[in-house]
Amino acid sequence: MIEIKDLHKSYKMGSNTLHVLKGINFSVEDGELVAIMGSSGSGKSTLLNILGMLDVLDEGSYTLDGVPIKNMNETKAAQYRNKFLGFVFQSFNLINYKTAAENVSLPLYYQKVGRRERQEKALKYLEQVGLKEWAGHLPSELSGGQKQRVAIARAMAAEPKVLLADEPTGALDSKTSYEVMDLIQKINDAGNTILIVTHEPDIAKMCKRIVHLKDGVIIEDEKITQVRASQYVQ
Amino acid sequence: MRFIFDTNTWQEIFGSIGKNRTRTIITVIGVLWGIFIYIALSGAAKGMDNGFEEVFENVAKNSMFVWAQNTSMPYEGFRTGRPIQLKLEDATSIKNRIPEIQYIAPRNVRGVFGDAPGTIVRGQKFGSYNVYGDFPVFTKITTKKIYDGGRFINDADIEQARKVCVIGERTEKELFEKGEMPIGKFIRIDNVFFQVVGVHKFSQGGGFDSDGDIFIPFSTYRKLYNSGNNVGWFSIAAYDDADVLKVEESVKTLLKSIHRVNPEDERAFGSFNLGEIFGRVSGFAKGLTFLSLVVGIATILAGVIGIGNILLISVKERTKEIGVRRALGATPREVRAQIILESVFLTVTAGIMGIILGAVVLTIINNATQDLDFPYSNPTVPIPYVIGALAIMVILGTLIGLIPAQRAVSIKPIDALREE
Repeated sequence: MIEIKDLHKSYKMGSNTLHVLKGINFSVEDGELVAIMGSSGSGKSTLLNILGMLDVLDEGSYTLDGVPIKNMNETKAAQYRNKFLGFVFQSFNLINYKTAAENVSLPLYYQKVGRRERQEKALKYLEQVGLKEWAGHLPSELSGGQKQRVAIARAMAAEPKVLLADEPTGALDSKTSYEVMDLIQKINDAGNTILIVTHEPDIAKMCKRIVHLKDGVIIEDEKITQVRASQYVQ
Repeated sequence: MRFIFDTNTWQEIFGSIGKNRTRTIITVIGVLWGIFIYIALSGAAKGMDNGFEEVFENVAKNSMFVWAQNTSMPYEGFRTGRPIQLKLEDATSIKNRIPEIQYIAPRNVRGVFGDAPGTIVRGQKFGSYNVYGDFPVFTKITTKKIYDGGRFINDADIEQARKVCVIGERTEKELFEKGEMPIGKFIRIDNVFFQVVGVHKFSQGGGFDSDGDIFIPFSTYRKLYNSGNNVGWFSIAAYDDADVLKVEESVKTLLKSIHRVNPEDERAFGSFNLGEIFGRVSGFAKGLTFLSLVVGIATILAGVIGIGNILLISVKERTKEIGVRRALGATPREVRAQIILESVFLTVTAGIMGIILGAVVLTIINNATQDLDFPYSNPTVPIPYVIGALAIMVILGTLIGLIPAQRAVSIKPIDALREE
């Protein structure tokens, strides 16, 4: 599904150049649930941004579902993001003047899906995350966990090939974190490929594979036995 | 184009505009005010133009008055300061020699140029009114509306020097009982009985007309006041296609040669050219229209710039939202189009409200000035001007929207998301 070869990325900070990613080789199969771990400054978010086509790579190659991602203009990148990728952010990033259902249907709007179908799909995905009754509520009326579940529903609504989550539990208490992880595991069980950036070991253990990043290189890449989040959820 | 008619697009736009309602409303007022000023001013200018038209409608616009004064130069042995007297024969000479002249009406009056007005008596009532000696042709130059049943002086009156008169509205009010029919009744003008044949409705036509004027046949006037062939002044109307200024000059030149006045003498004859005055007045109205156009467009521009400014702020505030949208698959084109459409929508909504408000205010002013002696009537703004103003606003709205739209697109989605 994802194929990365010899990826380099550096940022110019005034006269200095900050070499963030120093040759990453990495691939993800269909249906994997991967945690990318590392301390802050290790380059994990940069990697996720490049995977999400929010940032461009300097060197190396990136292939997503057989499509080489290079020399993209913004329009093309937007279309690919819309078609291939779903995003879940640490701070949820819901649009605060839109209801839960409207937020979920936003990627479908950019897919030029008709209004009626959009609404049906939005409700369907809200039901999957257990928030069907909250469809008409604004984000300000939801709790943090509920917001993140709406964000996950929004990421899923476009039926992406890969779900990218940047610290999805970073702003949540552990009980809510486990609920969210339970949801992510269930989505993964259904066959979706998911990448999670996190620095919390207990969250990482709930994935099927952990990739450790340090100073821009992968220092460890191991498959693990998944800890089910459902045992922590009543 | 599909984008504009898509209900989803509009939902998006209403969503983001409605986010900060107070600010949106205040911004809209800026443009609303601009278009309102434009509509109200140009409508008022048009109303004034119409008002002036109405004032002058009773008078042939290419008409003039010519009168005699004192010479200011010696000539052919005559001394300086010799008074000149216009004669009835001059009218025939002028009419025959200057082909551009359509009508010429010799006129006399008592009560205007310093002499005593006629004393009019009817029973116990009396008053002083200006008395004019006129030919029927006078009404070709200055329209006189005569009340039902009456008439103006006619040729037979002149021929037979009949003692008939046309009185004014005020004269009627002051000399007759309310509801009394004046026509056929007799009044005494300077102790001579005259039969009233008509009442004229007063309309402001420039000059010294009043609503108390009494008109009697020229031939009767000369007998009554023993004025012989003397003429007070000539009212002259040129043909529509004639240059009134040139006609004015030729009339004066001709009069100078008839009355043996130095051709260089500018003071011997006076004249007053309505065409010129009318041109000046309508020029004033045109200037006013132009001014309102400039002021209106400037104000609209200021308002539109305000909208651009607010959208810039709103884009800045929505940096993160725009980032989210782009992460979810909004293309730069879609982001740009949405912001431009927001700008155009705000501008046009404001514009339409401004036009409606302007129209309402114009109607109110029109109703308020209806019965006043104020040259103002039927203020209108031509539809093409209104459509033009709307078109300008769409264009300006688009142009000004381009700035925040470009700003929104230039933010990279990743930077937008990173911003906390």
